[in-house]
Amino acid sequence: MQSIRQNDLPDALPDFRNLGVMSRILLSVNALALLIALARSREIGEFAARVTEIAGSLEPVLLGVVAVLYLGYALLERLAYVRGLLAVFGIVLAVTAAFFPFQPWVGGTREWQRELAWSLGYAMLGTGVVAWYFHLRNRAFSPAIAEARLQALQARIRPHFLFNSLNAVLSLIRKDPQRAEAALEDLAELFRTVMADNRKLIALRDELSLCRQYLNLEQLRLGERLRVQWQLDPTVEDALVPPMLLQPLVENAVYHGIEPGIAPGLIEVNIERRGDRLWLKLTNPYHEEYHHRQGNRMALANIQERLQLHFDVEASLDTRIADARFEIDIMMPYRTSL
Amino acid sequence: MTPLRVVIVDDEEPARNRLRELLEECREELPHSIAGEAANGVEGLQIAAASGAEVVLVDIQMPEMSGIEFARHLQVLEHPPAVIFVTAHDQYAVEAFEVNAVDYLTKPVRAARLLAALKKAANGARLSRGVLESIDPAPRRYLSAAERGRVTLVRVSEVIYLRAELKYVTARTRSREHLVEESLTQLEQEFGGVFVRIHRNCLVARRLIRGVERGAETEGEVGWSVVLEGLEEKLPVSRRQWPQVKSLVS
Repeated sequence: MQSIRQNDLPDALPDFRNLGVMSRILLSVNALALLIALARSREIGEFAARVTEIAGSLEPVLLGVVAVLYLGYALLERLAYVRGLLAVFGIVLAVTAAFFPFQPWVGGTREWQRELAWSLGYAMLGTGVVAWYFHLRNRAFSPAIAEARLQALQARIRPHFLFNSLNAVLSLIRKDPQRAEAALEDLAELFRTVMADNRKLIALRDELSLCRQYLNLEQLRLGERLRVQWQLDPTVEDALVPPMLLQPLVENAVYHGIEPGIAPGLIEVNIERRGDRLWLKLTNPYHEEYHHRQGNRMALANIQERLQLHFDVEASLDTRIADARFEIDIMMPYRTSL
Repeated sequence: MTPLRVVIVDDEEPARNRLRELLEECREELPHSIAGEAANGVEGLQIAAASGAEVVLVDIQMPEMSGIEFARHLQVLEHPPAVIFVTAHDQYAVEAFEVNAVDYLTKPVRAARLLAALKKAANGARLSRGVLESIDPAPRRYLSAAERGRVTLVRVSEVIYLRAELKYVTARTRSREHLVEESLTQLEQEFGGVFVRIHRNCLVARRLIRGVERGAETEGEVGWSVVLEGLEEKLPVSRRQWPQVKSLVS
């Protein structure tokens, strides 16, 4: 996840285990190969033959490189950007050289030293272009990350919640000072998290405890009306998630699902692991006549954007309304280490 | 001076407790008694009507009935109490209050502000219907009528038709009829999305229209009448409204 941690170094290697990064490498290198094929064809009929020729020798090398980068990412990630980049060049050259004896033209009439030099040259060129592309992409995304964070800060906790909570705490101070203290501690903790630098992934355990603190405060003012049911796989607490992933969703559930109802309402949170995926599902009562209440879309769009910044195409967020309940489904990679 | 009768309406228990504490602090300077408390507008109206409340402290954001709608229904009482709105954070409402110079308190409430608002209310500051409508022009969820010291509330979604009689408008639901003291024109303006006019003296619920029948006799002419779900009676359509009704049916 080095690529999104931009505090001190503006450049970082992309996450080679990410499906989106892998597909970008494959696509851009193949696009480059097509350009080279086009440049080397003197007439249009020759183009197809050139493409086949290049693809035959390129694809095994390319797939090999992607596989080695995938496996070696844990080590590469620890290196500073320039060293990491040199290591990537080294890997590309080594893989190209390793595949060289199996290339179709070897043993032909051409001199093998010259052919090897050409292959390595192309490999360097391809790597350089892809590295340059990721460098530019990184740059383009940095302001977006800062912006998303800023937006998140604004959208996260509703002033409505803050003032109502303070009011509830005030009502406790004389009669039940201990509960008032606990509530203020929860409130402080909640705001500490909100105001922290929230760009690094955190353990789901921490996000869950944040949600519980938030719900304690809401319980204080909503009492019986607020009911919450948790269903968690025992292993999910170690999973890494973007901070403030769940809390804004729980807050939405209270605001849109519980507050508009006189009768008690139930919020259900289900989190489970299925293979290498983490599934989160949150449902709350849906009040059709209150659907105009503001702010829901904003929080959802914000979370969707952050999921995308962290996991690219490997995460998704969907919502639907079924049986008078509003449902949010989030799917993301299950990871326990960076 | 007899103590001022105050009613508190807020859906959150801690918020009601807090207001009670603060009222306690104001008691010496402004004698008053707490005549009742309610957790929503529907109960609040009955309590305000039964206790003869003079001041109501009401939260704006409440389930089922907003504080603003609650204040509108209070106006059907013979002696409507003064209303002091309380809000945690409702930018839209606060702007509307400022524009209309309506007094309001923000949560957490301060005792000094509460006292000032109570004094103003004790001096007879009252809201007009017009001001309340301009604060929140959204259609109400209920119609209200005062009957012998009680407020009867009728859910707009349960009304089959509204028919103008001599002095009142009759709101017909499945089970009974209610008399509402509002003009049909006002009701048509507010609830145009829910009801459609079929006659000079009648609005019917759009979603309950099941069809039209020939045979109703109005002013000596045979015309059309509307068939409504849940109602045996057929309501005549005037010639003027016929094109509009026809386009709804087809």
